[in-house]
Amino acid sequence: MVESMPGVKQRPLMRAVVYVPLILTAIYFLLPLIVMLLTSVKTMDEIRAGNLLSLPATLTFEPWAKAWDKMGGTFTNSFMIVVPAVAISTAVGAFNGFVLTKWRFRGSELLFGMLLVGCFIPFQVILLPMARTLGLLGLAGTTGGLILVHVIYGLAFTTLFFRNFYVAVPDELVKAARIDGAGFFTIFWRIILPLSGPIIVVSVIWQFTQIWNDFLFGVVYSSGETQPITVALNNLVNTSTGVKEYNVDMAAALLAALPTLVVYILAGKHFVAGLTAGAVKG
Amino acid sequence: MSALTIRNVKKSFGNTHILKGINLSIEAGRFLTLVGPSGCGKSTLLNIIAGLESPSSGEILIGDRNVNQLSPKDRDIAMVFQSYALYPNMNVRKNILFGLEIRKVPKAEQAAIVDRIARMLQIENLLDRKPAQLSGGQRQRVAMGRALARDPKLFLFDEPLSNLDAKLRVSMRAEIKQLHQRLKTTIVYVTHDQIEAMTLGDYIAVLNNGEVQQFGTPDAIYNDPANRFVADFIGSPPMNFIPCEVVGSSSQGFGVKMTHEGGDFVLEASGDLKPWLGKHVVLGIRPEQITHVVTSRLDERGVSGHACPVHLCEPTGPDTLVTTSINQTKVLARVRPDTAGTPGQSMDLMFDMNKAVFFDPTTGERLRFQLLKAA
Amino acid sequence: MSKSEPLKIDAVIDLPDNNPKDTANHPATQARTEVAKRGRRGTLELWLPKLVVAPSFLLSLVFVYGFILWTGYLSFTKSRLLPKYDWAGFIQYQKLWASERWWVACQNLLLFGGLFILICLALGVLIAVLLDQRIRIEGTLRTIYLYPMALSFIVTGTAWKWMLTPGLGLEKLMHEWGWTGFTFDWLVNPDMAIYTIVIAGVWQSTGFVVALFLAGLRGIDDAIIKAARVDGAGTWRIYTRIIIPSLRPVFFSTFMILGHIAVKSFDLVMALTGGGPGYSTDLPATFMYTYAFTRGQIGLGSASAMVMLGGVLGIVLPYLYSELRGKNHG
Repeated sequence: MVESMPGVKQRPLMRAVVYVPLILTAIYFLLPLIVMLLTSVKTMDEIRAGNLLSLPATLTFEPWAKAWDKMGGTFTNSFMIVVPAVAISTAVGAFNGFVLTKWRFRGSELLFGMLLVGCFIPFQVILLPMARTLGLLGLAGTTGGLILVHVIYGLAFTTLFFRNFYVAVPDELVKAARIDGAGFFTIFWRIILPLSGPIIVVSVIWQFTQIWNDFLFGVVYSSGETQPITVALNNLVNTSTGVKEYNVDMAAALLAALPTLVVYILAGKHFVAGLTAGAVKG
Repeated sequence: MSALTIRNVKKSFGNTHILKGINLSIEAGRFLTLVGPSGCGKSTLLNIIAGLESPSSGEILIGDRNVNQLSPKDRDIAMVFQSYALYPNMNVRKNILFGLEIRKVPKAEQAAIVDRIARMLQIENLLDRKPAQLSGGQRQRVAMGRALARDPKLFLFDEPLSNLDAKLRVSMRAEIKQLHQRLKTTIVYVTHDQIEAMTLGDYIAVLNNGEVQQFGTPDAIYNDPANRFVADFIGSPPMNFIPCEVVGSSSQGFGVKMTHEGGDFVLEASGDLKPWLGKHVVLGIRPEQITHVVTSRLDERGVSGHACPVHLCEPTGPDTLVTTSINQTKVLARVRPDTAGTPGQSMDLMFDMNKAVFFDPTTGERLRFQLLKAA
Repeated sequence: MSKSEPLKIDAVIDLPDNNPKDTANHPATQARTEVAKRGRRGTLELWLPKLVVAPSFLLSLVFVYGFILWTGYLSFTKSRLLPKYDWAGFIQYQKLWASERWWVACQNLLLFGGLFILICLALGVLIAVLLDQRIRIEGTLRTIYLYPMALSFIVTGTAWKWMLTPGLGLEKLMHEWGWTGFTFDWLVNPDMAIYTIVIAGVWQSTGFVVALFLAGLRGIDDAIIKAARVDGAGTWRIYTRIIIPSLRPVFFSTFMILGHIAVKSFDLVMALTGGGPGYSTDLPATFMYTYAFTRGQIGLGSASAMVMLGGVLGIVLPYLYSELRGKNHG
């Protein structure tokens, strides 16, 4: 932006000062991914013989097959948790945001503040009572239990997203619709929801990555059968029994990273735009 | 029959009193403008009429129905907003039809209505566009079309022209007026622009601080202001307010004493100012009542010429605004451009006191008195 | 004529075409029955928004506030493997602050949190400013900086653990590249292991800072920069005196978010070091988990959770307060 000013010459030295650190840091950020990829297609012998960045002499997908063997089930588990939890928390967040901006009532700001605190508490403080409650509800160790936990503690964020988005939607739109005869739900479906594309993307991506990447709730509330992939990955990597198979570890880690990476690459741009809009304003 | 009655409507939030007891009433087919500075409560009042906010106390009657408990959709009203509030995801046709669709008007009838409205507002070629593809003036038309489509008992306009540029505003203003003349609908129109209020309204209610300062025809508001606030708010450039003392004048009548750098003179009042003799009042006189001297008029009662120092000349084209100073107050005169004096010198100005008004210097209330019979 | 007395209605009556005293004989009763008829629907309309947010309100009340109280109560009991509800006073807090391991965890949090926030901010701002210089490959670079954000801390931990494995990872790479004296055993060195967590944490979170600051930089009013340019300020001065200071709110938000990530850090430690060697990389979050869930010390775990909550709220509540106030005024 500043460089575009007339009268500022683009000297080669200045360009180097700009580009060299950028490229160096880019390498730092790329390196672990490259290492993971390379390691995951090498045999253990090659790993011991070569180094982190040595190219594989023979490509092997054995580690990937092995990783899928061990993690495939938990990969599905994670999806079973993520999809409903994302859908529910986003839907509820959208309604909350709609009410908190367009149907304010006495105490609605207070309610929002109250919900917002949920974004900030360290979850350690609710772990024990939640474990007990899930047990009482008969949901301990079940996928349903994990969905419930993720919905409850994701609501604060989704509400925040939608509320900040809807604040910028003119109130007059709702007034006009009310005079046109539309009620609460009609206004939501016909007027507000069609405008909500960008923020739905943000909420879905955020919730998807949060829940997919979650480890704390997974490790505390899941049982062997319902384990999400992060927990399985951690178990795989940190077992002290048997020979360490780094190539399988890396393939498993990439497997666990794949869905969120894909989401990020496909829609990350919208996510960052939507998310930073709120954060920078604050 | 009255189309809208507002009876003692109050609105407060805690200790903040937005509306302090509003009483207004208009007959069907009339155009009422609510005008006042921002924060005077005019938009709140409109929202209360619409049912978008509820009053703390008082009643709203549309037709002869008390609508206090009715939601906006049941009040048989339509509203045009400052920001137009067109539904961004719907094209123009859908925008116009939304209210009809909600009310389950038969499809064939809907189509007929859109055709009629589009022809009336000349937006036939815009029907398939989205609001984002329209210019400000076009959006304004669509917003009006949406309001007209339902043919309600009462139209509410909330500063509908404020977002348009000056030129478009003038032409849209004329269009709204024409539309009203043709359709004979009942309209309540909120604006902060006193020219809009004057040009459009059959009646004007001037609001300030949550109170109706005056309610009357444009003529009454302009020529017979209830108090200094109304006199000041309506008219551009605004009325001159000159603090002065009431004295006896030469012709058995009364006058007010004026002083400036060049000396003293007395302006003869047309009314019986006896109760205020020797007291201080505020003279209200509009710039167009202080003009260049027309010799033939100097004989008229209440008309007199006086030399005044010229401080500033502002040509507006048709006439020039001359600033002078009387009783240590800035006074504006509206003169023919070729007669305007030179700053630093003085020129003769003709004061026509026939439409002059007087205010209490402390309360700002209008001082009422009997006109003196012509001598 | 004074303010808005009923007089005003009379003012209308003076005007032509007006039906005098129309207001006197209003069929008020008729209106009222109609009101009553529509009353129920009106009430539902009034309650519907509240009804819609009610479940969230209740969930938050029970599952956030109720559970905090529950945990708070547990922290005042002698609960071990199973919760007990006999009041035991501050015994767990005494135990907590007497615990060497808890002190290590707190010191680690300060060290890790401080370095993590500082390096993320410094690196993030630097990269954002450089990226703002009309870079040709900006899109690609941005993607590279940001992708770690999409990963789980478990994945990050796994990757860095492999790379930092003494003898096989970076060490070996350096040896093969000819730097045979290179040793890097931080992962297994109790004094240095906490810094590996900083390295991995910075790698994961810097992209977020870049995104926030880049958005902030792009949001600055061009006119201000033009004005400074006209005043004769150079690029360096414009950045240090005008642009960076005007990003104060972004600094603030970023600081809050990073601080929050630091306090919550659990997965990264679990995957990278498991808290070890020994308990040299324990953070309060892992401490709580260990005591509450693997060592059967529910009381002590609860006490540590409450201390964490206190710490976070001490920082966050003033921020939330100012945020909400600011929004109300804006």
